[in-house]
Amino acid sequence: MDLDLLSRQLMDRFQHEMPLCAEPYKTMAAALGCDEAHVLTCLHAMDQAGTLSRVGAVFDHRRAGASTLAAFAVPATRLHQVAERVSQYPEVNHNYAREHFYNLWFVVTGPDRPHIQRVLNELEKDTGLTPLDLPMLTAYRIDLGFSLGETP
Amino acid sequence: MSVCISRSEDALARHLIELTQAGLPLVNDPWAWLAEQLHLSVEATLDLLKRLQAEGAIRRIAAVPNHYRLGYRHNGMTVWDVRDTDMPRLGALIGAQPFVSHCYRRPRQTAWRYNLFAMVHGRSSDEINHYREYLRQLLGDACVADEMLVSSRILKKTGVRLPQAPR
Repeated sequence: MDLDLLSRQLMDRFQHEMPLCAEPYKTMAAALGCDEAHVLTCLHAMDQAGTLSRVGAVFDHRRAGASTLAAFAVPATRLHQVAERVSQYPEVNHNYAREHFYNLWFVVTGPDRPHIQRVLNELEKDTGLTPLDLPMLTAYRIDLGFSLGETP
Repeated sequence: MSVCISRSEDALARHLIELTQAGLPLVNDPWAWLAEQLHLSVEATLDLLKRLQAEGAIRRIAAVPNHYRLGYRHNGMTVWDVRDTDMPRLGALIGAQPFVSHCYRRPRQTAWRYNLFAMVHGRSSDEINHYREYLRQLLGDACVADEMLVSSRILKKTGVRLPQAPR
């Protein structure tokens, strides 16, 4: 889908941060050289089209807890079954099939590390597969969105 | 009257999260709407938001696009085996690229040699291949091996949501 110019400008300019002041859309409109009504119309249209996820705060629920990126190397015939088992956990919020020897990648989030370990141990026992356990050591960039502009 | 006296800041923050995690209504003054819901002044609401952001509980306050619906349907998890001593400099460099959404250092394991992860997104497989090539040039000799794991299927993707708590 092609973005119209305003929605592209809006996202590129404000997906990282929007003004924390009264009537923020007025400030955003001024920055883009248009009217507040245009900004709101554009956001409504994006909302309708599903291209706007939301306007608001992105919370770091993991800050006080623990998480890890885990992966299984699943035989192709069992991928669906193992993926279902993994997705059942409310602790798993991302679960992706990827083209690799390690073909199932998921993020486990919980209140503390022992909780994460219990989930991984259960999964290992249930599936007979040993997970890769790759907790974050350093964050160089944490989901601040990415540019919709031109490629380098 | 300050609401912080009658309710702890934690309870207030939790209420704010519950009200806003699915997004604010698209009205002229969303902060005034939020202030009304929290029974706070607009100023106190903005102060609370700024405080939560300064503490790190809020990563950002923004207009968040749905990249997938915008046509960014290709994502690649690029993984790199980077010399440990070069990691601080190169991790920061890779994380600063505009087409990277996440960039983390993770531990090597016996069956896993890669210690730097960067997610790239694009509208075509050509686009993400191009990004990978670009990152490879940035890393240069400090990187001895790399792979890009493209997603064949999203099996589950939900934001981490707080369960509703009784108030």
